[in-house]
Amino acid sequence: MNKQIVIEAPLSTELVRELRAGDSVLINGVVYTARDAAHKRLDELIKKGQPLPIDIRGQIIYYVGPCPAKPGYAVGSAGPTTSGRMDPYTPQLLKMGLKAMIGKGLRSAEVIEAMKEFGAVYFGAVGGAGALIAKSIKKVEVVAYEDLGAEAIYRFYVENFPAVVVIDSYGSNLYESEPPKYAAC
Amino acid sequence: MRKIQATQVTETVKQLFLRANFYIGQDVLNSLKEMEKVEKSPLGKRVLQQIIENDELAAKEEIAICQDTGMAVLFVEYGQDVHVVGGNFQDAIDEGVRQAYVQGYLRKSVVADPLFDRKNTGDNTPSVTHVRIVPGDKIKFLVMPKGFGSENMSAMKMLKPADGVEGVKAFVIETVKKAGPNPCPPVIVGVGIGGTTDKVTQLAKLATLREVGKRHPDPRYAKLEEELLEAVNKTGIGPAGLGGTTTALAVNIEHYPTHIAGLPVAVNIVCHAARRAEAVI
Ligand code: SF4
Repeated sequence: MNKQIVIEAPLSTELVRELRAGDSVLINGVVYTARDAAHKRLDELIKKGQPLPIDIRGQIIYYVGPCPAKPGYAVGSAGPTTSGRMDPYTPQLLKMGLKAMIGKGLRSAEVIEAMKEFGAVYFGAVGGAGALIAKSIKKVEVVAYEDLGAEAIYRFYVENFPAVVVIDSYGSNLYESEPPKYAAC
Repeated sequence: MRKIQATQVTETVKQLFLRANFYIGQDVLNSLKEMEKVEKSPLGKRVLQQIIENDELAAKEEIAICQDTGMAVLFVEYGQDVHVVGGNFQDAIDEGVRQAYVQGYLRKSVVADPLFDRKNTGDNTPSVTHVRIVPGDKIKFLVMPKGFGSENMSAMKMLKPADGVEGVKAFVIETVKKAGPNPCPPVIVGVGIGGTTDKVTQLAKLATLREVGKRHPDPRYAKLEEELLEAVNKTGIGPAGLGGTTTALAVNIEHYPTHIAGLPVAVNIVCHAARRAEAVI
């Protein structure tokens, strides 16, 4: 395992370029949520040349559709969803300045190419650990598409949100590099 | 004829989905703890620790283990001497699902039309209910909130009878490898063999619901389960797909007679958040 790094969003390209696959990070500040339906709407706006409801430059998008919050909680269970479904929309967002994504699972070659070109990083959070992850989410605001319920875009204020750099801005990818070390076929 | 009120069906289904979403099975938790001890990858070990901590936290605070509280799947064994009164049986089940998801702060993840407008139904209904009529005057409910990170990685294939055991093994391993990190490993792999296309996928799902650690009663299938588990854990995929020796907690097989010309095989993958609950009324 590499170092543990505390980072504060929004992120600069310089910081992103310092992060390496295998680094553990604790994310602080703001992250925006978006999953399938929100990405589809963002894409429609981009295609029409209209402004997005958030300025994504330097931002982190977290692929999550949280559970509703119980009374007294900021948010319900809130772990990552499978990132690959957002792949078709992602290169465009990276081009517009998105600096990081948090999710789980494989990314397409196009996404990884765009991450290298524009300087962005892919963090993995532990899928199925949504109750634990929710502890690091301190405040939640709806930003757009409230009608989508769990799929709306929310602003999460996070403190020491635990994640691992799975794919860095040079294309190093833990999903490729790590399993062969433990494979014994 | 024994009479059961529809409201009792509703209440039972509601309690089962709440329980399944908050409390991981002791068998799953024990298995996670055992695997954590022997996991070779330090990062994999840490992932398993987080999962264990998560599951214990969810139970303690009665919050969802995972935010994908799934589509509600039920396997019902309906005693033929039972008469449900005061309402329609399927409606009573879906009302139980509705109450659990609305009152339990669970996520509503069902869209009404799968292809066109994909509008959320708002209450996680309808459920997917499989009913089997059995002798007796009781109803048994076995429920599972099925997350789609793992459901999406499931697969079905019509093998040729000549493909045999090796063909089955190859298909199972290929499916798990293709899934990689997506279904939140460590997973439980359900394998259905036999029947027809529809039957085999149902068998695979049913296979995932077996208690972790229990082997198939037929020694030939038990041996195949063990070989497959070993092979899956040698893929190196590991916890969260970040590398390691723990890719699956179990591989369970269910089989059924099939046609002379066929060898249907289905693989249903369930993530480590292998939620289930059962009750008899
Ligand atoms: S695959 Fe399972 S653990 Fe992972 S996000 Fe989906 S429901 Fe949760």
